[in-house]
Amino acid sequence: MSHDSSAIPARGKQIEQLISIFGDPVDVTMPALFVYGHSSCGKTIVLNHVLEKLKVPHVVVNCTECYTNSVLFSAILQGLSGDNDLGSWKCDNLNDLGRNLRKVYESQSWNETVYIVFDKAERLRDREVNLLPALINLQELTSLNFCVILVSELPWEKFYNGVGIRQPFIVFFPDYTKSELGEILCHCRPDGVDREFYQHYISIVLAVFSLACRDLRELKHLSELNFSTYCAPVKAGKFDEGDKHKLWKHVEPHLKEALQQLYLRKVSSEEWMKLHDITESGDATVLKPVKNSDTIELPFYSKFLLIAAYIASYNPASTDKRFFVKNAGRMKKTARSMKKDERKNSHLRGPHAFPLDRMMAIFYSIVDSRVPPTANIFSQISTLVTLHLLAKIGHEDEIDCPRYKCTVSLDFISAVAKTMNFDIVRYLFDFV
Amino acid sequence: MSKMDKTLLENAKSIIKERLCKSGYSHNVRADIDIAALDLGNLLQRTVEFGESNSVLVVGAKGSGKSTLINRVLEDIHNDSKNAKNLLIVKLNGYLQTDDRIALAEITRQLKLENTIGDKVFGSFAETLAFLLEALRSGDMSKSQPIIIILEEFDLFAQHKNQTLLYNLFDIAQAGTTPLAVIGITCRLDVMELLEKRVKSRFSHRQIYICNPSTLENYVQQFTDVLLLDKAFGKTAKHKAFVKKWNSHVENLTKNSSVLEILHKQFNYCKEASPLHQILFLPVCSLSQEHQEITPADIAESSQLIFNDSKANILHGVSVLELCLIIAMSHLTNIYEGEPFNFQMVYNEFLKFSQKKSHILQNYTKPVVLKAFEHLIELELLKTKDHFMTHSGKLQKEYRPMILLVDHSQLREAVAKYPGCPTDVKQWAESSIV
Repeated sequence: MSHDSSAIPARGKQIEQLISIFGDPVDVTMPALFVYGHSSCGKTIVLNHVLEKLKVPHVVVNCTECYTNSVLFSAILQGLSGDNDLGSWKCDNLNDLGRNLRKVYESQSWNETVYIVFDKAERLRDREVNLLPALINLQELTSLNFCVILVSELPWEKFYNGVGIRQPFIVFFPDYTKSELGEILCHCRPDGVDREFYQHYISIVLAVFSLACRDLRELKHLSELNFSTYCAPVKAGKFDEGDKHKLWKHVEPHLKEALQQLYLRKVSSEEWMKLHDITESGDATVLKPVKNSDTIELPFYSKFLLIAAYIASYNPASTDKRFFVKNAGRMKKTARSMKKDERKNSHLRGPHAFPLDRMMAIFYSIVDSRVPPTANIFSQISTLVTLHLLAKIGHEDEIDCPRYKCTVSLDFISAVAKTMNFDIVRYLFDFV
Repeated sequence: MSKMDKTLLENAKSIIKERLCKSGYSHNVRADIDIAALDLGNLLQRTVEFGESNSVLVVGAKGSGKSTLINRVLEDIHNDSKNAKNLLIVKLNGYLQTDDRIALAEITRQLKLENTIGDKVFGSFAETLAFLLEALRSGDMSKSQPIIIILEEFDLFAQHKNQTLLYNLFDIAQAGTTPLAVIGITCRLDVMELLEKRVKSRFSHRQIYICNPSTLENYVQQFTDVLLLDKAFGKTAKHKAFVKKWNSHVENLTKNSSVLEILHKQFNYCKEASPLHQILFLPVCSLSQEHQEITPADIAESSQLIFNDSKANILHGVSVLELCLIIAMSHLTNIYEGEPFNFQMVYNEFLKFSQKKSHILQNYTKPVVLKAFEHLIELELLKTKDHFMTHSGKLQKEYRPMILLVDHSQLREAVAKYPGCPTDVKQWAESSIV
């Protein structure tokens, strides 16, 4: 059987393998297949392509979308029967699924293999323990010619769940090589763009991103996002299309900035385009920094409370004396205290919980003016907890001395301390 | 090449494919199954002919031929017994009938009693049970139709609440009014421990054990049997010639030393038939006009695919940044003697490396590295340490204790195989000193 490999580049071998496994439509095939490979390496598209091409009855269900058994089962039945009436295929246990599948099979008078594809099959592991083994045995359970195909990013051994599960036939989709990625990205170029011109652009994109990202979907998104920036000087008539070096110089800073935002999607694509369009008009490639969402405005005392909480979380209680008691005298520097144990570094190990009293003591000693301990102050603490800047540890009923943890990062607290002209690094044991 | 030969090959291909894929219909002749079939056949014959009730468990590992046994015995009874047309067979499966209510409804359905129960409320468990019990109890040994109830995945029925179904079935079988044979099929050897005392005491304690082939010779024999064609293939001279040619080719194949070596290796891993079938599946599928015989090279290639280390496959596809993080984690696990690490420590190691050694990897902000780290968690190459799961909600994700699920040797292999791996990354994988 021949196929058209141009529709899906770089997956010819997998398509051929699947076609040979499926074989003649009326033949019995493996009761279950397991297809795995990294995300966006063409598993679903290849399966769809092959099943469409062979014109065999099939249904593809996504296990993330079908979040309960009854939704999953009715999606299968609806897909196979082509009947969109929601009510008619209601079924919530495997017994009814088996009966209804037989009904559909007989009503359509099929005699060929029927394929049921479960995309994101790793989700099935979270369901009841016997669902997955039952689905894998579907051919035997219904004694009809079904083939169940599980598609997942995880290897098969992650599916063992201790109840004994028959191993399906495993098909692996290898990741794309760099040149294959280039080929595919070129294949998806916008209409009316010269292939060679785009190819050169793609090679720049790959050079910048390939170390950090081999996910086709993300690379495609990035290349589409930045292509207009790349084209702009050509459109404005500043450079020629063949001026590769100049174009590279022009687009590189934009791509470098995109690399800082890889996968993060802090701004929407539209905003990103706009942001980079402004810089287009000017000749200089000075980039406006993306607005830092890491800082938020807080009341005066809240900021100090947060700083106090940070210090309490990251310093050992034994060192408080050294930082906050006036005339504490020079601390004796013994050989033991000099040698810092990396294991005890709380910036590596994470914040410790501290009692409220300790935080208040630090707070009073870092705020210059005298602050009466009013309800106002304490209400600000609970505000910080609601903002998830502090976390309350322990049970709700410990009201006499609640314990907290500070959950902000060093960068965040440094930014806050800077606005208060408070040099926080001087007060942190890890940096002394 | 004539057209006739093409269809012959296609025919042979689909016959062998059916043998490989369909479970419960092994055509292999196996002495132990023959003996068990004789036992079980006798037992069921007595139910069918003389109305004796009985209960029996068939125990054996997955793929050892339990369903084959049952299917063969039922077929024999169907062919031989004169009372066979009266026989009612009810097949239940623990995967499908997940609780007693569904199981009862299914029994009613398979006994074709829906019409009798039609005007009653079908959903009520107690009513259906009472109705069924009455129907089953009211029979007598000589006049009633014999019933065979087959419970596949018997162990799952034992997990149903109060084991009501099992209790009643065994109770009726013991009472001996209606001729009823209950056959349980399971792969759990400890299945008796699962039964409650009152259920256990009503069971006849008859068990039939089936084992996988125990010697390599049997295993190789199984391999040959699947491929060999028999007389049923066709009667014309052309058919016979094809069968002769094919069979002699199969004989040659099983004498080939590299094939035998692969079979031996597989046998040492697992004696079950299904992995053997999987090895044969691709070579059989790829049979075509241009490729008319299974060569030892085909077998070697497909076994290679099956023995492929899936973790190595996954590691091959991660980005260099993610690979660096795994190297950092591997070093941390090594330094702290298996104690868990968190993202902050990994990031710290990564920074040390990228600042001192590798200038190409310097441009990543912490959130980007964190995303890469999370991708690795998604791939389940590392996992949260169990007992921290409960209050992980309170813990920032940077500080969540994690453990690496990649062995150092696996990592070393992955780095060696990685396409275009930067040299400094390779060196870092070898030694933790930067």
